[in-house]
Amino acid sequence: MSAADFHKLAELFPTETVTHSYVQDIQLPAVNGTSPGTFALVTLDNGLDHSKPTTLGPNTLIELGTVLEGLRDRAARGEIVGVGVTGKPYFLVAGADLSTVKSVSGREQGLWMAQLGHDVYSTLANLGVPSFAFINGLALGGGLEIALQSTYRTVSTGAGALALPEAFIGLVPGWGGVYILPRLIGPENAVKVMIENPLSNNRTLTGPQAYELGVADAMFEPADFVEQSVAWASRVIAGAVTPERANAVDAAAADVAERWAGAVAAGRAFVEAKTSNASPAPAKVLDVMEANRTMTQAQSAELECETLADLMQTDEFRSTVYAFLDLVQRRSKRPAGAPDRKLARPVTKIGVVGAGLMASQLALLFARQLKVPVVMTDIDEARVDKGVGYVHAEVDKLLAKKRISADAANRTKALVSGSVSKEAFADADFVIEAVFEELNVKKQVFKEVEAIVSPECILATNTSSLSVTAMAADLQNPERLVGFHFFNPVAVMPLLEIVRAPKTDDSVLATAFELAKGLKKSAVLVKDAPAFVVNRLLLRLMGEVTAAFDEGTPAEVADNALRPMGLPMTPFTLGAMVGLPVAQHVQESLHAAFGDRFPVSANLQALIDNGVKSIWDPASVKAGRPEIPAETLALMSFGSTPSTGGEVLRRTQDALAEEIGLMLEEGVVAGPEDIDLCMILGAGWPMFLGGITPYLDRVGASERVNGKKFLAPGVASEPAA
Amino acid sequence: MSQQPSSGNPSGGTTSRTESRSAGPRTASPRAVREVVFVDGVRTPFGRAGEKGIYAGTRADDLVVKCIRELMRRNPSLPAERIDEVAIAATTQSGDQGLTIGRTAALLAGLPRTVPGFAIDRMCAGAMTAVTTTASGIGFGAYDVVIAGGVEHMGNHPMGAGADPNPRFMSERIVDPAALNMGNTAENLHDRFPAITKDRTDAYAVASQDKLAAAYAKDQIQPDLVPVATMKPGQGWTVNTVDEPPRPGTSVEDLAGLKTPFRAHGRVTAGNAAGLNDGATAALLASADAAEELGLPVKMRLVSYAFAGVEPEVMGIGPVPATEKALANAGLGIDDIGLFEINEAFAVQVLSFLDHFGIADDDPRVNRYGGAIAVGHPLASSGVRLMNQLARQFEEDPSVRYGMTTMCIGLGMGATVIWENPHHADYTTTTETGAAA
Repeated sequence: MSAADFHKLAELFPTETVTHSYVQDIQLPAVNGTSPGTFALVTLDNGLDHSKPTTLGPNTLIELGTVLEGLRDRAARGEIVGVGVTGKPYFLVAGADLSTVKSVSGREQGLWMAQLGHDVYSTLANLGVPSFAFINGLALGGGLEIALQSTYRTVSTGAGALALPEAFIGLVPGWGGVYILPRLIGPENAVKVMIENPLSNNRTLTGPQAYELGVADAMFEPADFVEQSVAWASRVIAGAVTPERANAVDAAAADVAERWAGAVAAGRAFVEAKTSNASPAPAKVLDVMEANRTMTQAQSAELECETLADLMQTDEFRSTVYAFLDLVQRRSKRPAGAPDRKLARPVTKIGVVGAGLMASQLALLFARQLKVPVVMTDIDEARVDKGVGYVHAEVDKLLAKKRISADAANRTKALVSGSVSKEAFADADFVIEAVFEELNVKKQVFKEVEAIVSPECILATNTSSLSVTAMAADLQNPERLVGFHFFNPVAVMPLLEIVRAPKTDDSVLATAFELAKGLKKSAVLVKDAPAFVVNRLLLRLMGEVTAAFDEGTPAEVADNALRPMGLPMTPFTLGAMVGLPVAQHVQESLHAAFGDRFPVSANLQALIDNGVKSIWDPASVKAGRPEIPAETLALMSFGSTPSTGGEVLRRTQDALAEEIGLMLEEGVVAGPEDIDLCMILGAGWPMFLGGITPYLDRVGASERVNGKKFLAPGVASEPAA
Repeated sequence: MSQQPSSGNPSGGTTSRTESRSAGPRTASPRAVREVVFVDGVRTPFGRAGEKGIYAGTRADDLVVKCIRELMRRNPSLPAERIDEVAIAATTQSGDQGLTIGRTAALLAGLPRTVPGFAIDRMCAGAMTAVTTTASGIGFGAYDVVIAGGVEHMGNHPMGAGADPNPRFMSERIVDPAALNMGNTAENLHDRFPAITKDRTDAYAVASQDKLAAAYAKDQIQPDLVPVATMKPGQGWTVNTVDEPPRPGTSVEDLAGLKTPFRAHGRVTAGNAAGLNDGATAALLASADAAEELGLPVKMRLVSYAFAGVEPEVMGIGPVPATEKALANAGLGIDDIGLFEINEAFAVQVLSFLDHFGIADDDPRVNRYGGAIAVGHPLASSGVRLMNQLARQFEEDPSVRYGMTTMCIGLGMGATVIWENPHHADYTTTTETGAAA
């Protein structure tokens, strides 16, 4: 077949941003006095600046394939001795155009797309002359596979990110990557690149790391990367250099068969631990890799195409693209409902009321990211010293890990000071409280602060469950109070819920959003409602599971019932991590507000009263065999209506659908997309759930409970026919 | 790093400082003059300025970076931290040629942050002045090893762009305003020397094209060129390995019909003058001792240099007094010079120099590889191109003992540097001549 035969597919995507394939002939530099001949260098370029990555859609692939077919003919005529492929500055290619792939409708179209890629890449691999990929920058998925399908590869030390993220996206590296990579860098390294990295926050390789693994044969610095790559290609073509591939394996060798099987098994264990196999893609990657050890590349290609066509039809894939592209990459950059940023006021000094652990984490974050003075206050010298001491110790840790320079460490430490008097807030522009979760305590704090600060100074609360509106009630300037809710650990979790109380004014809100941006957090605007978004849904979920447990469902059944969702941890583990008393405190607030949807467990209260910190014995969880100690069991009493795991799962799905339906009715957030964004960024819920509403839609919970789906067809599911 | 004079310290850069540890007031080390050698030089292929030129869309500082990195690759025995200075010339010091380009180019080239750099300007003799200035620093003992070069992206920086000439030039008749246009000064030179006809300048220009083509055919130019990759919209990456300006095969008939843009019925045309070009050069210089210590090759030894001013209205005559001064400094006569590399801003300017010294238009000692009329003249970069070519001719021709690089300079100046060929039988090693104190 020829690439042009796929025009039917291309016609379905008339608005694709085409990445063009430009060819330039280059006379190769002389090696031992003679030039080996003419080299055709293909540049992949969409003509746009670096903010618009080059991607691969059907039109792009057809153009590349047609260009490569022309070069194959020229090679046959002896006109060229080699072909190179490189990209516009900072990119080789960012991979398949996911928006396009997501909107492929029907299995047949998906299969065409998979076959088109193989058709084009197979031309590259069979030009009749050696092909070279010069990996000048970002190379993801199908982009990196262009390089893998070439005969030789160079990589820039400045190349930003190299990866095969398909397992994360919900696909397989099915344009040859899954066949070539284990042979090139060894099965163990291939599993690391294709499974472990994608499932570890979608980690990528730097140029030097890729070179170290053997993904590339040579590495050059960015300043003259193309020149040096061409010179190297000339030496390879002239036979003056033969790349050594220390990690490459012969898949047919007996010892390799064993290593191959071991690597696949290790990969499966990793997938199970990370995702509970809740998404089909990672296991499929391993299935294809396992099967293709004894296959020819053509046989593997066929399997890859079929697998890709299957996976493109899954809602896990579509949900991931929705979560990754539409939410995390786009919506989080332009928060729904945020006022015009021009209304934001400068923040040149920050006050933190309290010097406990949360307050200290906040002080550290503000000082590091905003680089403005931060003053912490507490009721006595000892507490203040402890808080400031914590910040300084954390800065020293960053310095020891070489994450920051000595000068930056000095600067950050000097920015953080402490005081026992709130007078230190007199010239602050923003004062946030992180004191005990008790309405009267917080109101008292703000009363004291308001007596000292200017009338414009913004007041913020980090409350997780109290009413911001109630907190503002007695303020002289209630329009200045805003909720600023972080997630633990503050330095790591990317979400910030910004809470607008009825009187909060636009300028205050705009400033809060600008601060969030300065802190490198993704902010979501939420209405002042109990526990806002993340905690309300987490506690609704934990409440259902705990209730089933209290009713007599065995602990292992209750706690494992949600495994099919692939959440980052089980409900009991989450409860222990948050702290049972903290969780119970929030649950009580929610119970007070919403009644029996949030039942307060007497069993948990009994554990809290007796100082028990976890339902499971933590040591047994670590050992992988969770057990409840007899003395813990003795504190609790159970009903006699146990549920099955399936019943607990369905009950939880329905509870979440109900709660989200109510939240949207109450106007807690602008739409289901914000709920999803919150759960992804604030609770670490997986992208293959799409956050949560795509999952609830596809398992039928939305319709069971609310009579309709949260999202329109095609948003995170199959497009309407 | 050593700041010591070489006397009594043949190892140059690794001087021990034990003496300075003794207690009490100290006396500074005695002064000694050191020999300076030209180790190596490279340049980018030159391009035609303008939107269609090979470097349209390429930054000037990037061109310098390519040269510095190539010098480091070609001289692997030189530890980068031993470079004591990076002097880069540019006539227009703004935009991609601004921000102290010697320092920015050093950082962008990946040289250690401990290596300093500066920018320098003497119009067309920028790179030449970068060489003489840093060479003087070596002679004085301030440096062991330096990088000196120049750049001009005339596409990005048309000559004189952004300049604001003082009105006193005109009101007090300090400089004829016409002298600020180099083409006019070339026409003025024709007025002064009526014996230099348009036929002679055209013939000289054709010879320049022919000699460059012959040098290319013999691979005499290519070894000192740095390949430069460029990417243009809608075309993709390419790698430039040869000069763009040459027009091989040009005939006197071709030139006869060209317009004389500076004067109606004048003599100066685009054919007998250098064009508007983009390009960069860089050279490695060292004290003779440092070169020996670091195992660096010696391609030329610096003998003397001089700069001289002339009437700005006839700036092209500048090389004459500069050469007389340099010869006098060296204790040499014009007959001692076996090879001339003279920049061809205009053919008339070269011929006025040759006539003055009684040298024939086609003397084989002059511009053996052709000159700027063929290869181009990216203003501040050209001085090092002359040196690269002289160094290669020295190697090819050990019978020559002394050679000269010389050029005219806008606003009425000339620059001349005299070099000795280390391949000549009478070349004396530095340990004998150096450190004469």
